[in-house]
Amino acid sequence: MQKPDNDPLWSAVAKATFLAYREAVIHLPPDVSRVIRKAAAAETNPVACGEFANILKNIDEAERLGVPLCQDTGVPVVYLTLPHDVPLTRGLYEGVAEGVRRATREIPLRPNVVDPLSRHNTGDNTGAGMPVIHVQPGDTFTVTVLPKGAGAENVSGITMLLPSRQYGIEGFIVETMLKAEGRPCPPVVLGVGIGSTFDGAAALAKEALLQPVDTMTTFEQEICNAVNRLGIGPMGLGGDTTALAVKVKTAACHTASLPVAVNVQCWAHRHATVEVKR
Amino acid sequence: MNTLPVHLHTPLGKEVLGLHAGDHVELSGIVYTARDEAHMRMQKEGIPFDPQGAAIYHCGPVIQDDRVIAAGPTTSARMNELSGFLLDHGIRALIGKGGMGALVREQLKDRGVYLAFTGGCAALASSHMTVKGVFFKDLGMAEAVWVIELDHLPLVVGIDAQGNDLFATVMHHAKQEYERYRHE
Repeated sequence: MQKPDNDPLWSAVAKATFLAYREAVIHLPPDVSRVIRKAAAAETNPVACGEFANILKNIDEAERLGVPLCQDTGVPVVYLTLPHDVPLTRGLYEGVAEGVRRATREIPLRPNVVDPLSRHNTGDNTGAGMPVIHVQPGDTFTVTVLPKGAGAENVSGITMLLPSRQYGIEGFIVETMLKAEGRPCPPVVLGVGIGSTFDGAAALAKEALLQPVDTMTTFEQEICNAVNRLGIGPMGLGGDTTALAVKVKTAACHTASLPVAVNVQCWAHRHATVEVKR
Repeated sequence: MNTLPVHLHTPLGKEVLGLHAGDHVELSGIVYTARDEAHMRMQKEGIPFDPQGAAIYHCGPVIQDDRVIAAGPTTSARMNELSGFLLDHGIRALIGKGGMGALVREQLKDRGVYLAFTGGCAALASSHMTVKGVFFKDLGMAEAVWVIELDHLPLVVGIDAQGNDLFATVMHHAKQEYERYRHE
């Protein structure tokens, strides 16, 4: 893909995407580090304590060596926030893709993106509809990169509950984690989308992951406690903490619907936001 | 359960048979990375290294200029149906994340152990590893068999040679707790 000559924002967006990607895959956000350290300090299971010790050492080593925390550097999920004076152009999308290609070459990232049927790997983490780009209006011009690993994404789930079964929301989330077992690299963060439509609930669940994880509402805390009763623990080896946090985002929905989506996120909850310098 | 780590060095021998699920282990010596493709190639063409007392690491590393950049474990369960021949040839340890199925649990009995390494700990892994060589490079970086020297890699015994399986025990308790939760 060539640089669109008529779009001055192309290179600025590419650079911000690259910088956000690099920050995300090497350094965990402070709120995520905080909840991991808190859970590690409270853990009583000796095997889980060993797993937490490895996780904490890994966070330090990634920082010291300037290398990715995890070799599954995920697929690029990008949130673009546009102020009122930035028009939404094809150049912005292409700028994000260029930033992803640069990040793949220079950090480096593992090339994870393939055609869904032929399984041909594009080699640069871009492809049809990839990166996934969500655009939202805002005050500042920013790029948020959320590299999403497959282990946790693969055990995410969605259900369309009967509106009369609101009490089933927590049960569905607990059941999703039970079925996930140790596969999503717990301790996890669970992003929950409630309401909207079938596709909208899934998008909400992912957006919920971007909220601070070191604070929970009573509703979120209760779900988190229920999940932690399972005792799956770090890596499925048992322990007090299966979920570090549960974050819920809601939207209005049809009076006859109650969509609930759970997006599972491994302990390496990587995301970073960088302002686009115009 | 040993909380102090047991130090092991490859090639591994009968000492692994005395380990118990939940024991902490620090492993040094040579390991061979292998994912799905490498297992299938080895089944077809033979094992390209001496398998006696060797350790297999389920991992698709990121290697740059013969340096390990990132080398966390991959999901071992994908190799559930592909591991028997390795143990038949004298492999003593399988290393990965997430545990393995009942078939492997049986195959490990009186022969070897499954060692779990913390998922996502790619940077920690790389700081304990040196690249010594590679087989099947044509399979690509992630699927090739990399010969890697470990220096005290911190692991935990997930499945021991007596058939104790920490992952299965934890999920058994999780299912019981879920049933209690549902009926509250």
